[in-house]
Amino acid sequence: MTKTLVVNNTSYQIDLPDDVPLLWVLRDEIGLTGTKFGCGVSACGACTVHINGASVRSCQVPLSDVDGPVTTIEGLGTPDNMAILQKAWVSHQVAQCGYCQSGQIMQAADLLAHNPNPTDQDIDDAMNGNLCRCGTYSRIRAAIKTAASEMNGG
Amino acid sequence: MGRIKKYTRRAFVIGSAAVAGGVAFGVYQAKRSLPNPLSASAGETVLNPYVIIDQNGVTIIAPRAEMGQGIHSALAAMVAEELDVDWRDVTVLHGPPAQIYYNGALMQGHARYDDREGGFLGNLQASAMDVLPKTLGLQVTGGSTSSIDGFEKMRMAGAMAREMLKMAAVKQGGGPDIGQWRTENGFVISPDETKIVYADLAEIAATLTPPKSVPLKAEKDWKILSHDMPRPDMLAKSTGTAQYGADKRLKGMKFATVRMNPHLGGVMLSMNSDVAQKMAGVERIVDLETGFAVIASNTWLAMQAADAVEVVWGKADFPSTNAAINRKIEDSLENPANSTGREDGDLSKRYDGAISVAADYHVPFLAHTTMEPMNATALFTGETLEIWCGNQAPLALRDAAANAVGLDGEKVHVHVPFMGGGFGRRVEADAGVLAARIAKAMPNTPIKTMWRREEDIQHDFYRPAAAAQFHGIVHDGKAVLLDAKIAAPSVTRQSVKRFSGFETGGADSAHLEAAAEQPYAIENYRIRGYLTDLNIPVGYWRSVASSFNGFFHESFIDEMAHAAGADPLAFRRDLIAPNSQSAATVLDVVQEMSNWTGTTPKGIGRGVAFTWSFGTPVAQVIEVQQTDDGIKITKAWIACDVGTALDPRNIRAQMESGLIYGLSAAVHGEISFENGRVEQRNFPDYDALRMGTVPQTEVRILENNTHLGGVGEPGTPPSMPALANALFDLTGTRARTLPLAKSFDFISA
Ligand code: FES
Ligand code: FES
Repeated sequence: MTKTLVVNNTSYQIDLPDDVPLLWVLRDEIGLTGTKFGCGVSACGACTVHINGASVRSCQVPLSDVDGPVTTIEGLGTPDNMAILQKAWVSHQVAQCGYCQSGQIMQAADLLAHNPNPTDQDIDDAMNGNLCRCGTYSRIRAAIKTAASEMNGG
Repeated sequence: MGRIKKYTRRAFVIGSAAVAGGVAFGVYQAKRSLPNPLSASAGETVLNPYVIIDQNGVTIIAPRAEMGQGIHSALAAMVAEELDVDWRDVTVLHGPPAQIYYNGALMQGHARYDDREGGFLGNLQASAMDVLPKTLGLQVTGGSTSSIDGFEKMRMAGAMAREMLKMAAVKQGGGPDIGQWRTENGFVISPDETKIVYADLAEIAATLTPPKSVPLKAEKDWKILSHDMPRPDMLAKSTGTAQYGADKRLKGMKFATVRMNPHLGGVMLSMNSDVAQKMAGVERIVDLETGFAVIASNTWLAMQAADAVEVVWGKADFPSTNAAINRKIEDSLENPANSTGREDGDLSKRYDGAISVAADYHVPFLAHTTMEPMNATALFTGETLEIWCGNQAPLALRDAAANAVGLDGEKVHVHVPFMGGGFGRRVEADAGVLAARIAKAMPNTPIKTMWRREEDIQHDFYRPAAAAQFHGIVHDGKAVLLDAKIAAPSVTRQSVKRFSGFETGGADSAHLEAAAEQPYAIENYRIRGYLTDLNIPVGYWRSVASSFNGFFHESFIDEMAHAAGADPLAFRRDLIAPNSQSAATVLDVVQEMSNWTGTTPKGIGRGVAFTWSFGTPVAQVIEVQQTDDGIKITKAWIACDVGTALDPRNIRAQMESGLIYGLSAAVHGEISFENGRVEQRNFPDYDALRMGTVPQTEVRILENNTHLGGVGEPGTPPSMPALANALFDLTGTRARTLPLAKSFDFISA
């Protein structure tokens, strides 16, 4: 069965079984590898993308359940045209190995979209599902705060 | 700093060579020549090319793997500093696997507090040990050695390039003496201020004879080193465009997953793949003798089909329960000692009115859980093999893969992309070798083999479980005797066997790191190592044996401090000061940073720990708080002495990272065995600290030592005892086994 998927404003015809998780459609089928596999069981957040603007763990969403446009890290901003959040990530030099960071950024983007002025507790609550084995949490927190203040007009 | 400068007169021979459209500069040691991996005339040139200047600009070949520790930018900064180039114009590439990139520092070991003559860098240059990693072909990233190893080589390469570009400019333009020319921001500048871009001089430079020696900049003139520089990989890593091994895409690629015997080392007795063969997307099922792979059109379809294969696994060759395994480790404490890492004074000495202290400790096996699960991509053509694999020892991987598919080493090419974490796991060749064997089953088709997280956790080379018995005597408020026995399976023996095929005997001194050579002035002091013969795969886990020895030794020092009725920080400092001023100073500084008073209000606990590992003394204070939801690790302070801080921001990041890695293990980490297999499967039962559970951390870097210390690992060993000591302060319960979540209630977010 062919399904049309809109990812980062581009349509794709996908011919895969219904139960293939969105993560593996993005990575193996479409070739958008910015979204990462970390656990496959909703325990690490490396695979976080947006569907209809809300963050989801793409390893848990079967193709048949994708009911709206998908945004991945590649759609949030590009190296030449970064989102405010990505700029904050660069200026705080957040990444170490970087493998978790696509998921961290997509999760943080969802947080800021719904809560322009998150407290430390809000950040803890929103980001706790995103594991970082390199331990970059303090810089993630700082980058979120910088991005929040920029989005609110500095 | 005197020591480093003193040894820069080392007998480097310096050279350059033409490469396509430009010139490559480098340094190498006089006596031994190895084929230049970048040269067209490989085999002839004795050049170690770290810097290439051509029409594309300046490219630095970084001989170490980037796995998150910032080594690419550290090594590149060393070159850029001397070469006078704009940081942003430098491209960093990971060099091809080649013997010439051997890591001398890894085999040499690190500076100890009691090194006297020449210290570590001095030793490195004089030592015959330098030959050993060359012989073994170790292009290894590990042991916190990369900056140390590169410190001179990379700066010399940059300085060499700078001087030869000036010589080229003089030759091209004629004119006055070279001393009147200078370099700045990628240009050679003539006495009349004419600017010539480096790329335009590269071809002439390639024809010149290199000077015998070149000056290195004085530390006070550094513009890049010792400053916070933006990492070149940051943009890619913030936009999802950094290419990890898992991200390799090739035309016509297929996707595979493996399922190997979870009874580690056991065979596969039988396999029925009738159902799996017919499942959607499945291309092939490959028998790998100790397991199997499914090749499919999509990774997830491969994983689904793997679940449908029925297998009968053979047994593992080790005790089947955790209790029996632990007993075996504890029993080995009664065997003859393998090594005595230290024996000072008289262990039978008794003191009137002294207090005797004794404690037994135990820590579990640990998995690495790099964020990117093990994976590799391979393409086998029958005559050649190409592998893309995030690996910390690509030369060893090349040889192991060549062997596995029956090709010569030269026919195998290993590409090293970014790594989603290494922590010692990616030293091992297993993921690349399996991918190669799978690719051999489908020649001319590139195949990416991705492990499930469950496979990754259940097929690791674990930090070994370890057991210790400590006995000590406190007299007049001071430790006067410490006698320790430490037992574990030997990481060194297993890994030498894996890398070289040889059994090693003899004393395993690495087994006692961060226990035998701590700078405490204790009169009667003995540390003995015991090795457990156990067929559970063990390997290099961030800080290796220091990860358990730090916990044992620093927990026991704390117990002695309490027995003495002394403040644990002052107790340590007073014992350390006679032996090492730099070590005593990190304790003073952490005391000041944390405003340590020795007392804590009710509901708050604080612990301190100190270890000297990988050449770097580190002191940490950790604060915990009892909340209604459980114990929260609220704050951490770290003071470290790295000698020279080449890249302070990255050092702070590494120290905090090492701390969090250690605390994650201390709180949650346990790999246990039942029915001969690992029980844990995925992050829900092998968790780590997260945004809501990490402490707020402050790092201070000191530069009193006269050698360069490691930074990637030394933050880990003191973290576990500092936390356990804080919990004792909070609760009065002494934690002698890990993980702590088994005996204390921590908050979950
Ligand atoms: S891969 Fe989806 S949450 Fe870990
Ligand atoms: S940066 Fe390595 S896992 Fe987060």
